[in-house]
Amino acid sequence: MNKVEVFDPPMCCSTGVCGPSVDPALARFSSDLHWLANQRIAVERYNLAQQPQAFAASEVVKTVLKQYGNECLPLILLNGAVISKGCYPTRDELARLTGVEPEQPGQAQTGAKLPVINTRCC
Amino acid sequence: MTTESTTGFLEHATRILFFTGKGGVGKTSLACAASVSMAQQGQKVLLVSTDPASNLDEVLGVRLSGAPTAIPGAAGLFALNIDPEAAAKAYRDRVIGPYRGVLPEASLNSMEEQLSGACTVEIAAFDEFTKLLGDAQATAGFDHIIFDTAPTGHTLRLLQLPAAWTGFIDENTTGTSCLGPLAGLETQKSLYDSSLQALTDASTTTLVLVSRPERSSLAEANRTRAELAEMGIANQRLFLNGVFVAQDRSDAAACALEVRGQEALAGMPAELAKLPRIEVPLLPYAPMGVENLRSVFGGMSPIRKAVHKDLSDAIHSALPLSALIDELEKMGHGVVMTMGKGGVGKTTIASAIAIELAHRGHPVYLSTTDPAAHLAATVGGSVPNLSVSRIDPATETRQYTEAVLAKAAPHLDEQGMALLAEDLRSPCTEEIAVFSAFARTVAQGEHAFVVLDTAPTGHTILLLDAAEAYHRDVTRTMSDVPDAVRQLLPRLRDPEFTRVLLVTLPEATPVHEAARLQDDLRRAGIKPYAWIVNQSFAGDGFRDPVLAERGSREAPYIAEVRDRLTTRFAVIPWKPDAPVGPELLRELAGDSLVFAGTSKG
Repeated sequence: MNKVEVFDPPMCCSTGVCGPSVDPALARFSSDLHWLANQRIAVERYNLAQQPQAFAASEVVKTVLKQYGNECLPLILLNGAVISKGCYPTRDELARLTGVEPEQPGQAQTGAKLPVINTRCC
Repeated sequence: MTTESTTGFLEHATRILFFTGKGGVGKTSLACAASVSMAQQGQKVLLVSTDPASNLDEVLGVRLSGAPTAIPGAAGLFALNIDPEAAAKAYRDRVIGPYRGVLPEASLNSMEEQLSGACTVEIAAFDEFTKLLGDAQATAGFDHIIFDTAPTGHTLRLLQLPAAWTGFIDENTTGTSCLGPLAGLETQKSLYDSSLQALTDASTTTLVLVSRPERSSLAEANRTRAELAEMGIANQRLFLNGVFVAQDRSDAAACALEVRGQEALAGMPAELAKLPRIEVPLLPYAPMGVENLRSVFGGMSPIRKAVHKDLSDAIHSALPLSALIDELEKMGHGVVMTMGKGGVGKTTIASAIAIELAHRGHPVYLSTTDPAAHLAATVGGSVPNLSVSRIDPATETRQYTEAVLAKAAPHLDEQGMALLAEDLRSPCTEEIAVFSAFARTVAQGEHAFVVLDTAPTGHTILLLDAAEAYHRDVTRTMSDVPDAVRQLLPRLRDPEFTRVLLVTLPEATPVHEAARLQDDLRRAGIKPYAWIVNQSFAGDGFRDPVLAERGSREAPYIAEVRDRLTTRFAVIPWKPDAPVGPELLRELAGDSLVFAGTSKG
């Protein structure tokens, strides 16, 4: 079974509601990951503020972090290899990157790729 | 009701005691006095403050920390402060420490920033609180644990947390919420459960509602009584602090004070009146230090120092409130904030200023961020040009939640909406909602006068801290942030736009707390405009021995305000009639102290 790992920037919640303005992109991406998990992909998600141990345990993540700094977050790995840096891909892109059959046209939930917006969390 | 003897109560006290009540009613003094007396009976007592602006140190005369410190002169008594800021810092160090040298410095810094918000402070403080309440081993050596709790709004939040969070853990299915900063929260569930059990067990916990014999104080006590009884904390006592009987019947002010107390007690809410009650007389001094504290419940006479300084010199440089309002009026518009310890009369002063400005023809918004506010009752009716409102956390949170969900709806599927709704149930949401409302209210100062009666000190500091954190964040992201929020800190820092009035009573603790608040504000780049010394018994009007002694003891504190703390201050005399309603509030604005033989000023 393929495994996708998402390493998020430090934030206290996966939807970013704690920020000075809410970023729907984060909630959308959470929902896309949930969809991906339903396509028989193992999905793990880590956030730097809450699960630093996952970052520290991955040589790949540590190397990319050292090279690019926090700008590389969110970092997405497929079976341990980097497939996306610094943005939340759309559902179609996620499908393409992980080799999953994309949704039928008309069913797609999301539009353009969304940039990362820093959120102020707890 | 039954009037209980103090010694009887203290001898048969439950293991855990909570002192709670509106700011300034004397929670700390009575909690300290009870602790000292119980220790004297041979009990081993741990006294704990959970107030971010704790003044246990000053009342006990000992420098305290987050660990139990023995109190000299009171064998068996130990005290500690749960300092939320320090607890949050310790928590951050615990989380980040293991990754120093492992993850890049920039990543560690951003983790630290994420863990510096108000939620982390709240969660870290709660964690400490739970350790004392839910972990029997942490307090095994003590017969009694006495909590000198924070002002009421904060107390309620703290007390409600175990129930709220236990529920939260039960219902939280995806584990992605804001409670994340407490990594491994689930594993602590048993600790929260035992906290909750301890709180609601009548043979373990007593809630002591402290109130002055005053209408608003009693109303507040009754509100707390009902809310906590509903949560299952049914073992409650009422401590009436400052009951006064005039000794000099020729002193009209003293007789009026006595009548005012009697009337307030006669009109006490029925449910509150049913509680077992202990009455503590109005003392001619603020009980500071172990010896004086012992006298409060010990029946011994306090150590009296003869204080008969001439106050007129200290006071003649004070302005009447009306002169201060003249200066505020010259701004034409802007924000006036009254700040200070709970119970010093911020609401009354804010109302008096707002009513006077409105009377002079200016449009005025009067508002508050105090969860326990009673602005409308103080203003007591409609006044031309004046609009009264309050920032209600529950309402703001609901509106904010609805707005966020409505905005997100077009972009999200059902699953996404469910996730968002779940995250919106986190404690951060209220903080942010209240903060945005505060920013909107301040923004109204561009076109009118906004008079803000702010929340008690600790909460206010957290709010301003949040402002600072937001300011940093907002300048970084600038994404879709409301203009009012972006402008908030610059507005608060502009002395031509915002004028902060520090309100205090002429007593040690309120003056020193206000001084600390002034330091905090200055660090945040906000320079308070003036000080207001409220409810002074100085002056020639008071002949009753208790009141006259109180007045004579004000001298060093008024002098401290004048000499060390500000260049501009007003002194407002204590009024026999509670200053409620437009007429009395306007009168208050015009009053100054009268001294025979002094015609200066």
